[in-house]
Amino acid sequence: MRLNGGALAYLGKVAAVLIKDVRAELRGREIFSTMTAFSVLAVLIFGMAFDLRVPRAEMIAPGVLWVVVLFTGVLGLNRSFGAEVDRGTLPSLLLAPVDRSALYFGKMLANLIFTLATALVILAVMFFIFDLNLFQPYNLVAMLLGVIGYVGVGTLFAALTANSRARETLLPILLLPVMVPVFVSGVALTAGVLDGKAWEDLSQWFGILAAFDAIFIVVAYLLFDLIWEDA
Amino acid sequence: MRSAMPQPRPVGWRGIDILQLILSALAVAAMTVSMWAALYYAPPASNLAGDEQLAQRIFYIHMGCNVGALAGFLMSVVGSIVYLVKRDLDWDRVSQAAIEVGLVCGMGTILTGMFWAKPTWNTYWTWDPRLTTSAITVLVYLAYLLFRNGIDNRHTRARFASIYALVAFLSVPLTFYSARIFRSIHPVVYGAENVDAQGGFSVGPTMTQALHINLIGFCILFSALLVLRWRQLRNEDAVAELREEIA
Repeated sequence: MRLNGGALAYLGKVAAVLIKDVRAELRGREIFSTMTAFSVLAVLIFGMAFDLRVPRAEMIAPGVLWVVVLFTGVLGLNRSFGAEVDRGTLPSLLLAPVDRSALYFGKMLANLIFTLATALVILAVMFFIFDLNLFQPYNLVAMLLGVIGYVGVGTLFAALTANSRARETLLPILLLPVMVPVFVSGVALTAGVLDGKAWEDLSQWFGILAAFDAIFIVVAYLLFDLIWEDA
Repeated sequence: MRSAMPQPRPVGWRGIDILQLILSALAVAAMTVSMWAALYYAPPASNLAGDEQLAQRIFYIHMGCNVGALAGFLMSVVGSIVYLVKRDLDWDRVSQAAIEVGLVCGMGTILTGMFWAKPTWNTYWTWDPRLTTSAITVLVYLAYLLFRNGIDNRHTRARFASIYALVAFLSVPLTFYSARIFRSIHPVVYGAENVDAQGGFSVGPTMTQALHINLIGFCILFSALLVLRWRQLRNEDAVAELREEIA
């Protein structure tokens, strides 16, 4: 990491990339709106699919929540670099006089904000459709940790697939198998919260999520520089 | 421009071709001996009966395939790291060949496991951590091959595939660990005792010999396939380069 001007300057560059993405989203309303529309639709479809066969919503709610978050996240991640490629703005982004890792962290934080905002909408929809209050502290922490790991790997893979043929179809195929630890821990945590389990029963899962986040953000940071070395 | 291939080679049999032939013949012989050891030489498991006893013999092949898959995926990590450091396409071909052979072995592990599980556990599939991990690992590496196909530039393809192979490999232990917190029924034949295991058996000296024969046999098969596929990929790239020169 080349810290020209110290850590604060580096954070400023990360923030610049983040603000650029958020501003583009506020003006274009392209990512968040499609993500929420899809997630509401997905929750409704799951609700209909299980309505007749599942006696209690608690039985399926954890799985529904995490499946919808993971599938919806792919939409946003695809646009993260896909939109830059489509508009021809990727070269100018790469020309910016900042370390490539600043681009990674800026994009990652933008994806984190979009995905978390969508996750809140999903929780709200599930509150009404399944009559379940998932706005509980442990569940919210689990979602935060899970989504951090998800966009940490997702931003790296989105950058990898941005220029390939069949970008939209490749990203989920690459991303979802790697996300299994997040998915399993997330489902276990949400289920544990619904069953009213104590911290001792949940801490192991929080440990896995935290380890996943730490390992993959460091690895993504190390590998991100290699992606555009010929651009 | 980095030239990927050496200069035009002489036509006809060369030393390396003969070595390749010997290795392939060795692999055929090793597989014959392995099958003999697994199906005839090893004694039947004394604590099992009927179908379960017969199905237990698949264990030797199951473990052999498993070693092949493990070797392939470990080899791909080595290939990817060396490629990213040295930027020699030969190492990228090592990764690709290792993953392809590893995938075949991995699918072999899952299939043999399922055929064993039906008489023993009375189901082809359960969400045991090892089953989960093996299935997810196979999917991860299938994604690797699909991903390679999507990139046209040869050097970009090698670089991106190496990055993905490294990230994907790191997720495998976490997948296993997260799946293991759920209850496991897979027998642990070596090492720690699993009290919930079903269909387990202990291994006597002759059975250990049969297992070792199979492990060595599958290692030879793995090496033979790896070298064959690696040379094939080299030739493919050489042909592609010649085509480009003509065009």
